[in-house]
Amino acid sequence: MQTVKMVVTGPFSAGKTEFIRSVSEIDVVSTERKISSASEKSVKESTTVAMDFGRITVDDDLVLYLFGTPGQRRFDFMWEILSEGMLGFIVMVDSTRPETFREARSILETFHAYAPTPYVVSANKQDMKEAWDIEDMRHVLRLDSKVKLIPCVATDRDSVKAILLELLYSILSEMENGEK
Amino acid sequence: MALRGNLRDFTITQLLNLINLANKTGTLVVEGPSETAEVAFRNGKLAYAQMAHEDGSLAFVLFKAKKLSSGQFKSIQQRAAHISDKELGLLLINAGYLSQEDILTNLQQHFADIIQRLFTWVEGFFHFDNDALPPDDRISVRLDLENLIIEGSRQMREWEQLQDEIPSLDMALKFMDRPGTNLRNVNLSVEEWRVVSYINPRNTIRQIANATKMNDMEIRRIVYGLLQAGLVVTTRLEGAVVPASTMRVFPSEDKEEQKSLVNRLINRIRSL
Repeated sequence: MQTVKMVVTGPFSAGKTEFIRSVSEIDVVSTERKISSASEKSVKESTTVAMDFGRITVDDDLVLYLFGTPGQRRFDFMWEILSEGMLGFIVMVDSTRPETFREARSILETFHAYAPTPYVVSANKQDMKEAWDIEDMRHVLRLDSKVKLIPCVATDRDSVKAILLELLYSILSEMENGEK
Repeated sequence: MALRGNLRDFTITQLLNLINLANKTGTLVVEGPSETAEVAFRNGKLAYAQMAHEDGSLAFVLFKAKKLSSGQFKSIQQRAAHISDKELGLLLINAGYLSQEDILTNLQQHFADIIQRLFTWVEGFFHFDNDALPPDDRISVRLDLENLIIEGSRQMREWEQLQDEIPSLDMALKFMDRPGTNLRNVNLSVEEWRVVSYINPRNTIRQIANATKMNDMEIRRIVYGLLQAGLVVTTRLEGAVVPASTMRVFPSEDKEEQKSLVNRLINRIRSL
């Protein structure tokens, strides 16, 4: 059996666990814990402390694993371990929480430094009224025009599929460019 | 008990506060990751400061402050290397070249700069040698610590923010791909232009800092401004060797098999 993996990363409460949950064929093996910090508790009740783990069986011989990273900086010792051998990564950003954009940019740079694999940025919660406009987010996140910044709703399977496909197209395109 | 310890447990701010409140006299030696500083205090006031591997002579301080030209500095080094700072100071005052106030102000600024640099040190060891003072031939000052502590704390906050924004100086910079933006139309300071002239994916931020003789704080401040203005983005150093991952990305080394695998993934995701 061959296995490949992708990593879903992003700041605290960006929607990483939901993203994986939407496409995983197994119940996401989540290591969530009740939040003790009052400021974080105001955002959500529990958070991923080690990693989320989802699976998509491709065929008899190939399985894709999706790993979600813990969002808080205090767990960033896990990031490098999770980035080992990844095919590519997705940076989830909560479009409604501009206070997390700077953190998202920093996470993106950290992961790109660990492994220069293709990545896409997913602007989550685009179905919400307070969501920032994609192009405004591109400016604030300081993303080059070549970087794919894709609107997303992590609870919607089709939306998640579109993100995964864009990442795979980027991987394929990089392989083809590398041959030229 | 001797005052000695680790900067992780006792910060520079706490040390200066203690020296100030206890009216201490002596020399604080701080061994940072790559430099050592010696700072002398008299009755809780800053008297003298010196980085171990830097020229702390009066001639150099005045040259750095542009009070002496490079020709004058060279000539002092060649012909008057044997005379002490106090003697040199007297010579300059008697020659009417500088006033006593000029000399003291520039020394105070130089010592204060060293203290400000210390505020950015978070790792290292320190010890305080009671009653040890700088050699008699050096000119000492009397500078209150309160203002230095307040300014240092302000810089520390800025430093923490800059470190969050630019966590590593080993990244390179490249110009943002924004057609229509012309750098000539942007108002940059001389220091910013100097940094801009070195921006290239083959130079790390640290190399640019070395080439432009800027410290970590100065280069971070300028790079932060350029990043915020959307003129540059950080990028991986061109030609850098990526540490070999112990895990393989693809199960096979064969390029065709790899492409086939990605296509299988694409088909599977589409069918979900």
